Amino acid sequence: MTTMSDMIVLDQVYKKFQTQKDGKTHWFTAVEPISLTVKQGEIFGLMGYSGAGKSTLLRLMNLLERPDGGTVTIDGEVLTDLNPKQLRVARHNVGMIFQQFNLMSNRTVFENVAFNLKVSGYAKGNIYERVMECLEIVNLTDRANHYPAQLSGGQKQRVGIARAIAPNPKVLLADEPTSALDPSTTRALLSTLKEVNEKLGVTIVIVTHEMSVIRRICNRAALLHQGHLLEVADIIDGQIIAKTEVGRGLVQED
Amino acid sequence: MLAMSYNDATARLWELRSEIWQATIDTFVMMGISTVAAIIIGGLFGIFLFLSSDKQLLQNKPLYALLGGITNFMRAFPFVILMIAMSPFTKTLIGTSIGPVAASLVLALAGSFYFARLVEQNLREVPRGIVEATESMGASPFTIIKVLLTEARSGLVLSVTILCISLLSYSAAAGMIGGGGLGDLAIRYGYYRYQTEVMIFIVIMLSIMVVGIQGIGNLLAAKLDKR
Repeated sequence: MTTMSDMIVLDQVYKKFQTQKDGKTHWFTAVEPISLTVKQGEIFGLMGYSGAGKSTLLRLMNLLERPDGGTVTIDGEVLTDLNPKQLRVARHNVGMIFQQFNLMSNRTVFENVAFNLKVSGYAKGNIYERVMECLEIVNLTDRANHYPAQLSGGQKQRVGIARAIAPNPKVLLADEPTSALDPSTTRALLSTLKEVNEKLGVTIVIVTHEMSVIRRICNRAALLHQGHLLEVADIIDGQIIAKTEVGRGLVQED
Repeated sequence: MLAMSYNDATARLWELRSEIWQATIDTFVMMGISTVAAIIIGGLFGIFLFLSSDKQLLQNKPLYALLGGITNFMRAFPFVILMIAMSPFTKTLIGTSIGPVAASLVLALAGSFYFARLVEQNLREVPRGIVEATESMGASPFTIIKVLLTEARSGLVLSVTILCISLLSYSAAAGMIGGGGLGDLAIRYGYYRYQTEVMIFIVIMLSIMVVGIQGIGNLLAAKLDKR
């Protein structure tokens, strides 16, 4: 049952991958059937160690990875039922940022942000204004004409954020957005994400293996282990409140 | 003595000036037509070769095997044999199987499959994540191809440079069987008539052309590369 405040609803989604070993084909399940709901306006974490399936789960949300079963619903729209063209339109509503930034290196900061607006069918006459507005949000207006290679890691990720939020998406998917950054840059980037969430009301799903990221900005977090959802923990006063034994085991810091 | 023969040589070259000029034009015609045609045909072929390969947009094993097979087969053909094999076809198409334009068709065909591989390789070097980011924005396949080409542009320019130079040197072989051009002239005068100075002069001309093309290519590629 989807209510108004449910932004992302996963219903029994799972994903298997094929691997080749010793000339034989093996299947392994990256994500076991998982159901979970991300509420509108929250910052939701996907937390787990490598191989937990957290990145795959995130990529299932915008169908960069097609689930082998189950349904994905974003903002009331069942993405898994859409044809390729409809899916492209639906994706304008779901921004994404990446660990390796994935900026187009032969385009300037301005062009990178403008590109997403063009793809989203944004009115041509308003593109300049909107790009500058987004660069303002991430505090990079002075770098508009630079190429990505001339920026630091933190700046690149901020361009990534500006690019992702430009078409006013309701959801922002963040795949390990701080894992390539140093601690102080990480802090700055997390507060930018929090600002985007609070000021623009964008629902954020963030994948991370860093507990500190979860504690700093998330409202809730799914704890994942080897493709299984252990539980969805609340974060209260910067503490991850795990309800289950296995969940507590996962978030225990040494 | 040396001065004498030097004067002799320059005098004989001067007598040949109109032939050399014509041959230069023929060479440029062959290189120009075939390079442009190979960029278009080979470029499209290379894009599809890449897109049909594993984990790409149009991932399709049988299609990739087919396109790859055609490419390999065409590239395995020795150029001179291709030229002879194609002559009936060239004749029906443009009315003659000799001359620079006829030679251009064969050059274009050989160049296309050579260039297709270069394009495939260049596109493969674009980080997968950039394609993914573009996909996540809801971009159409056509837009994704545009992004691939923009990201690969400096490599592609260098590949065009390589193509152009290869076709220049192929055109010399084409000249041997009626294509005309500088290579043909070098062999007719320099080899069959023992006018070594003609051969030396033409080799120098060709070298200068190669240096020039490579230089322009390098300059342009560097200018386009913002990575």
